[in-house]
Amino acid sequence: MSVDDGPDGTPVLLEAIDVVRTYRLGRDVEVPALRGVSFRVDHGDYVAIVGSSGSGKSTLLNLLGVLDRPTSGQVRYDGRDVRELPDAELARLRNQRIGFVFQSFHLLPRLTALDNVILPLVYRPGSKRERRQRAEAALASVGLADRMAHRPGELSGGQQQRVAIARALVTEPALVLADEPTGNLDTTTGEDIMSLLESIQAEQDTALVVITHEPDIAHRAARTIELRDGVMADGSSP
Amino acid sequence: MSAREAFRVAMQALLANRLRSALTTLGVLIGVMSVVLLVAIGQGARSEITGAIEGLGSNLLFVLPGDGDFGGGPRRSSFVLDDVERIDRELLGGGTRVAGYTIGSEALQADGERLTATVLAVTASYPAVLSRELARGQGLTESDVVTSRRVAVLGATTAETLFPGQDPIGRTMAIGGVRYRVIGVLARVGGGGSPFGPDQDRNVLVPITAGQRLFGTDRLDAIFVRAAATQTVDEDRAVVRRALEQRLDTEEFSVISQDEIIGVVGDILQILTLVLAAIAGISLLVGGVGVSNIMLVSVSERTREIGLRKALGARTRDITGQFLLEAIVLTGLGGAIGLVLGIAGAELVAAFAPVPAEVTGWSIALALGVSVAVGLVFGVLPARRAGQLDPVAALRRD
Ligand SMILES: Nc1ncnc2c1ncn2[C@@H]1O[C@H](COP(=O)(O)OP(=O)(O)O)[C@@H](O)[C@H]1O
Ligand SMILES: [Mg+2]
Repeated sequence: MSVDDGPDGTPVLLEAIDVVRTYRLGRDVEVPALRGVSFRVDHGDYVAIVGSSGSGKSTLLNLLGVLDRPTSGQVRYDGRDVRELPDAELARLRNQRIGFVFQSFHLLPRLTALDNVILPLVYRPGSKRERRQRAEAALASVGLADRMAHRPGELSGGQQQRVAIARALVTEPALVLADEPTGNLDTTTGEDIMSLLESIQAEQDTALVVITHEPDIAHRAARTIELRDGVMADGSSP
Repeated sequence: MSAREAFRVAMQALLANRLRSALTTLGVLIGVMSVVLLVAIGQGARSEITGAIEGLGSNLLFVLPGDGDFGGGPRRSSFVLDDVERIDRELLGGGTRVAGYTIGSEALQADGERLTATVLAVTASYPAVLSRELARGQGLTESDVVTSRRVAVLGATTAETLFPGQDPIGRTMAIGGVRYRVIGVLARVGGGGSPFGPDQDRNVLVPITAGQRLFGTDRLDAIFVRAAATQTVDEDRAVVRRALEQRLDTEEFSVISQDEIIGVVGDILQILTLVLAAIAGISLLVGGVGVSNIMLVSVSERTREIGLRKALGARTRDITGQFLLEAIVLTGLGGAIGLVLGIAGAELVAAFAPVPAEVTGWSIALALGVSVAVGLVFGVLPARRAGQLDPVAALRRD
């Protein structure tokens, strides 16, 4: 059994091995955002990442989402080291395997809810009809069947985040990464959004990694990783 | 992303900023329009002038001072009246086939009317050799030349201007302050009056001898030889050359066929056309800079969108292609509309102004090709900038 293999012999979905990310500001100012973080995410896993502001949570999530490469250490997807993959391959990986949910939704204001959900499908082969059907199904599954033609400005915050979630799951990803998905929502709406993400995780065998400030939410996850100044605090479960 | 999808996205983005897109397109539009219009005018001038020379007949030889190198500027002529006779003697076959003239600009006056016109001091053979026909009265005769008689044959327009509503035959007039008697009026040639060619209807013909006295010269500016037939042009050219070499150095004259004149004049006008195209091209360039500028603004405004698209799986190529396509749609649209307006403008000019205009296939192809190329060239920088944005930084921008 190699380091990449899970207990049942299939490759681990995602593995971070001694990941370091240092930002350079100017010539000789270095900001060590992550200073050696190791853990793994299995298929269908549910991981919460907590920690105070500036502890490196978003930096870590960007690395897991292959939007960024580590300064040293490895991020391995399906057993492959991300640092050795070309940009185009990382783009493909994001499109095929990963769904993002952001704190500020990041919907395109000019597009309807439906077209926002279609967006990731545009970067893969498939007919227009098929894309449309999938996007409609995804919007229906987040309870927005009657809001498809609305633009983000015509939707509430909770509804906008639902559109964003539909956009994340329309590609049937193996992993959903959510960076403080409830940060811009009131408590009740936030609960609804978390329940929605959890139901997707449970029903579709999708791994879910959520960054959160709120202890209530963190407790619902199977595992919690606490970052403190770029390293994992004691009590985190790698 | 498929090409169709990319085109849809580009159109969406352009329509979202209608006014801005329209103004950017306008820059390219004006550039393409001026290229098409100015090239049309240049081409029109070229075909009109070469057409006028062709109208003289393909068997005409021009004997001009200098060695035929037009780059050297005008030469002092060494031709005298005897040379016309010398050539005439050597040429085989009969008929009036050799003419000469000396040319000048003089003030004309008759009664109260005044006019400055081109005065051609010609041999009596001139109208026959250059196919000028008499409308009324009499032409110049050999005896008019021999006796330096002060008689004049007027071009049609000159006659109307100096003697409005009157019969000019037999009237007197002043040419350069010297009294002349009008004996004839030439038939109208027409087609003249363009800014690109002398108006033959504004000429005045006088006997060469009288004219030389008027201009204070004993020289001829040019000699014309009508070859017996198109096939004998080269033979006759050799004869003319031999006749003149008896008296002149070979550098002092050249014998040029109509074809060669058309070649030289055509080349000069082609260069003129290209210069016009280049000047118009500068405005196209300015339009291109506008496109570049607006695309950079667009990239900066849509940084978050670019970051998001990358997070969702867009490759650098997809983003670069999307912005490049946007630039090309902008300039291509400007090119197409500019082309239509340029052609319409050329038609208007040709119809209502004394300037000929002729839209050619190559100027259309050039305008469209160049406008797409402008989109490519000026779109590349912003598009590459967009494609290379770091998604993390782009998403964080607000
Ligand atoms: N692009 C960047 N350039 C420089 N420093 C950065 C950059 N991104 C984050 N940082 C720094 O790295 C540290 C971790 O940031 P981040 O991962 O955003 O923390 P969190 O999401 O936990 O609040 C912070 O000190 C932050 O200022
Ligand atoms: Mg953060």
